[in-house]
Amino acid sequence: MIKVLKAGFYTTIQDQGRIGFAAMGVPISGAMDLYSSNLANSILNNSFEEAVLEITFGVCQFQFSSKTSICISGADFSPTINQLPVVLNSKILVNEKDILSFGKINFGARCYLAVKGGILTAQKLSSRSLFKNITSSSLVQSGDLLPISLVKAEVKVSNTAVKMNQSHFDSNLIECFKGPEFELLNTQQQQQLFEILFSISNDNNRMGYKLNETITNNIPSILTSAVLPGTVQLTPSGKLIVLMRDCQVTGGYPRVLQLSANAINKLAQKKTGSKFSFISIKP
Amino acid sequence: MANSKTYKSFGPKAILIEWKPVINLGILNDIIDFRDKIKNQKSGLFLDFCVGYNSLTLLFKENIADFKKEIEGLQEIDAFITTSLKTQNYQWEIPVCYDLEFGIDLKEMSNLSNLDISEIIEIHSNNLYTVFFIGFLPGFLYLGGLDSELFFGRKANPRLHVEKGSVGIGGQQTGVYPINSAGGWNIIGKSPINFFDADKEFPCFAKSGDQIKFNAISKEEFYDLEKLILVNKYQLLKTIIHD
Repeated sequence: MIKVLKAGFYTTIQDQGRIGFAAMGVPISGAMDLYSSNLANSILNNSFEEAVLEITFGVCQFQFSSKTSICISGADFSPTINQLPVVLNSKILVNEKDILSFGKINFGARCYLAVKGGILTAQKLSSRSLFKNITSSSLVQSGDLLPISLVKAEVKVSNTAVKMNQSHFDSNLIECFKGPEFELLNTQQQQQLFEILFSISNDNNRMGYKLNETITNNIPSILTSAVLPGTVQLTPSGKLIVLMRDCQVTGGYPRVLQLSANAINKLAQKKTGSKFSFISIKP
Repeated sequence: MANSKTYKSFGPKAILIEWKPVINLGILNDIIDFRDKIKNQKSGLFLDFCVGYNSLTLLFKENIADFKKEIEGLQEIDAFITTSLKTQNYQWEIPVCYDLEFGIDLKEMSNLSNLDISEIIEIHSNNLYTVFFIGFLPGFLYLGGLDSELFFGRKANPRLHVEKGSVGIGGQQTGVYPINSAGGWNIIGKSPINFFDADKEFPCFAKSGDQIKFNAISKEEFYDLEKLILVNKYQLLKTIIHD
């Protein structure tokens, strides 16, 4: 078990998401930064399918009720075990009653805590990702007891950490493909998409990020059609919305861009006010 | 094929197939038919399929190496495959209580139009609606078939809280809120039926191509049904739709 002593600002359980349920209107969900959550699992020799904790902006605390090994990847929220700093992207042995804390934000927005064998909360529609009205709660809360695998913790733990490319957090270039409605934009609007330095508004969450800047347009809505994580919608007000992992399955705003898989992961590590530009890549 | 289609790439892992931008049953049936053919022919390639009013999105498991080749393969299926294992569609009877306690916008709608409240209810519950697809929220049915007399624009100020089961009209559409949600539709009644339950084997009973018939019930019947549904003792009425 992991006992949640302090749940923090926004902590959820995530895996690869619910895939194959679009026909019922069920969002995909899954880790916002799949690159980092996959890295954490792979360092523990876990399958990518194992569920991890997604911690947004730190300040939380967990206690382990059994010996296991863990890995922390993604954002750096100054993790400590029993108040001693631990290294990101490495296999860490924890003992019964050890307390893992996250505090000061050094970089990034979301960090992932993987445990050997995964977090074993109930699966709903073949995923453990928390989502309102699908799982019994939508957030991890203080006092929760999260079941974890009881596989034997490894005796030998290497001290080496996998080196993470820092551009994953620092780069302000977000790679994308042209979206299905890109061609409805005139040349000037198309140029604006790639020339404006966009910033993330405070209206940002796991469903999507609204951006502050505007592209004036009078492009009509489309008949409701599929949207995906990473779809960039242009609203009549001129504001762009970048859809993220918990987005709806359908939408009616023109889909002007589609982020690459890794661009979604990079954006997941940015916060309110972060600036970035879209750069076009060919499919 | 009378309904011509266009194919577009939609990011590295999806192909969007679009029909002409109109909402009609012929196009919906064509979309479902094409989806089923693709499923039968190439089932292993896809993670998921998403139906829209005039679109079908194919979500591939892997990055698509050659869009042109993939699209040609789909066009071949379109041109040469004539039979497919058809999905069975049903007509569902959905009880709705149109009492003013639940139909909180009925009075205003009646004032804004030349329809009595009873006429609004009668028109709404007489029509047969087709499920085009499910989106917006898990279990939110996009229904076609609303009588043009009942086209009412969305409310200028959306409500922050619309109760689960509320039946509404927004523009040219009608539908049922599957969970408590914010919403801008005009609320005309409430259904005790669960449109989404993640604990059921089939979390959402309806699917694209099914039909919905709303049946007016009294407040007493509403509360009785609500109790039965709570203890899982209510069986929705359905009939098979034949072509």
